[in-house]
Amino acid sequence: MSWLKKSKEGLRTPQRKRELPDGLWTKCEDCGEILYQKELERNLWTCTKCSYHFRISARTYLKILLDEESFVERFSEIVSTDPLKFRDTKRYADRLRKAREETGLSEAILVGEGAIEGRPLVIGVMDFSFLGGSLASAAGERIARGILLALETRHPLVLLSSSGGARMFEGILSLMQMAKTNALLARLSDAGVPYISIMTHPTTGGVTASFASVGDVILAEPRALIGFAGPRVIKQTINQELPEGFQRSEFLLAKGMIDRIVHRNELRRTLASLLHFFAAAALLPQKPRRRAGETLARFRAVGGPIASTPPPAPAPGAPLQPVQADSTPGVTAPGVNGAPSPQGTQGPQGPAEAPDEAPGTTPGGSAAFPADREIPIRE
Amino acid sequence: MNGTWLDFEKPIVDLERRIEDLRGMATPERAEIVEELKRLERRAERLRRDVYSKLTRWQRVKLARHPRRPYTLDYLRVIAPGFLELHGDRRFGDDPAIISGLTQIEEIPIVLIGHQKGRDTKENIHRNFGMAHPEGYRKALRLMQLAAKLGCPLVTFVDTPGAYPGVGAEERGQSEAIARNLVEMAHLPVPIIAIVIGEGGSGGALAIAVGDVVLMLENSIYSVITPEGCAAILWKDATKAEQAAEALKLTAHDLLELNVIDEVIPEPLGGAHRDPEEMAGRIQSAIVRHVRGLLALPAQELLDRRLEKFLKMGVYLEETGPIPAPAGEG
Repeated sequence: MSWLKKSKEGLRTPQRKRELPDGLWTKCEDCGEILYQKELERNLWTCTKCSYHFRISARTYLKILLDEESFVERFSEIVSTDPLKFRDTKRYADRLRKAREETGLSEAILVGEGAIEGRPLVIGVMDFSFLGGSLASAAGERIARGILLALETRHPLVLLSSSGGARMFEGILSLMQMAKTNALLARLSDAGVPYISIMTHPTTGGVTASFASVGDVILAEPRALIGFAGPRVIKQTINQELPEGFQRSEFLLAKGMIDRIVHRNELRRTLASLLHFFAAAALLPQKPRRRAGETLARFRAVGGPIASTPPPAPAPGAPLQPVQADSTPGVTAPGVNGAPSPQGTQGPQGPAEAPDEAPGTTPGGSAAFPADREIPIRE
Repeated sequence: MNGTWLDFEKPIVDLERRIEDLRGMATPERAEIVEELKRLERRAERLRRDVYSKLTRWQRVKLARHPRRPYTLDYLRVIAPGFLELHGDRRFGDDPAIISGLTQIEEIPIVLIGHQKGRDTKENIHRNFGMAHPEGYRKALRLMQLAAKLGCPLVTFVDTPGAYPGVGAEERGQSEAIARNLVEMAHLPVPIIAIVIGEGGSGGALAIAVGDVVLMLENSIYSVITPEGCAAILWKDATKAEQAAEALKLTAHDLLELNVIDEVIPEPLGGAHRDPEEMAGRIQSAIVRHVRGLLALPAQELLDRRLEKFLKMGVYLEETGPIPAPAGEG
């Protein structure tokens, strides 16, 4: 039936050629329907004909989801640097600069506090337009502090994902953000604070393989691509065509991986009813294990990098230094902490000093058993 | 162990073979052979020093993937001869790409989990080249929970190109399996020691590597993406893997400097495959030393230190004014 296909394509040609005035009409990227911009906007950037969800910015999501004027951005001072001095065909430093200029964003995620129908929450929304919504040190730190803030306030946490995965330009440090975010989510879970994950198109790689997949409730927009590996990689690996609808929200729902598919029009209402339920549950006398206090006694969201030891007070007007999240006094440059001491011993790095040591505990886990066999080796 | 030699180690191996052959013929009365032997040994020494003192990152990638490199079971044969393997995730199946079980090392009861690669084609098909499916990570999780129940330390051996990217893996929730382990390992109330023995391939490696102590063998690698994958995406050319390996900073030394790991375990000269017994001994002593230290900590302290360790990872700026241009190389 190739003649049919061909003639169909032929019929479409004039449509493609028609130049649409910018800002008045938009063509649906999926069904090709010409949509009146105002109408599209009213429909929260979803196609009125086929329900295709256009990609929208983090700011637009916040506007759609939260009560008007309720959003207060937090941790925006945490931004990316270039710890590996990464360079491929371009420099990471240049890519960062360009992403900031083009998006007006400082990172791939916005984190803050807000409210839905008057109920407070901590929210993080990723923005795909900033380096593909990739997860790296700064984004991971913002999320980590957001989780701590949720622990502190006991307000439910909502993270909306839109990401190609971990950011290659920060190498292993990006991978470690997966461990970092999920380690804190473990504490959030212990403390009984609810966490809702929302997956939008696309959510893949390191983001799916970390915080996005462990929500107490996982919602997804219709037809969003959600997966661990990208379809191209899978196709290359198994060397065959992928089944229709593979890795789309509907597929994940059928496989039991997500709770609900929610049209963008319904997202705010769905969140509101979940928050309503959580608030009611919080009033019940029987409570799950609550260990937030123990975590908060030692870690906090504001006032510098998350660490149990107080960070050194920055000298006023001091030049900006890359912050190694480990704020050992006097050590700020990356890499310094991992360098062997002049004595040449190279034991594991324990905390600079054991803080809040409970009486009777053995001091300094790692430091208590220095290397006896391992000699320092360096390139 | 089967497998060929790498291009940069071939001259050394050839020379060592010639020395071995000559040694059989050398007797005190054949002075010329004794002389030649001495000369060759000096040359071999020089060559070894030259090659191994300045390995590039790409050469280390090759050593980490060396066809002769010892795998998890090779080490267990030496350090855990009584290893009792336990199978299955109780949900879907048993994944041979990850082995798990119980053992005692120097009398300490230990739950052990490790990726397992195959030595030949047949074994590699069985082991899926050490690339686990969700059921592998869920089997690992089951064993972790058993460790927690028994109060046993957990030791993991990391050696995988990555989690398997296939249709079944996606259907059964590869992401969730990995993500869940990251959560559960973070608050598992027993000491966890993770050792990267070969390839630490991204999320598939991290899913069993959230430890109180994370160690790497000297020639192992640990990366967010394979150099080939990185090259294909950024250079649009998979043959630029060597450059990608340099850019990614994926060696044990790199990770020590980035504060991602705690210690590098030195390998015998030329790599773990040149003396697997010696390497196993070094791994054993590292395990015992760290386990003993961690067992002395109260559970809450152990968990808080583990959380703190991962919270510290990452390098970023904290800025109150306008965002400065990031400093890159010129």
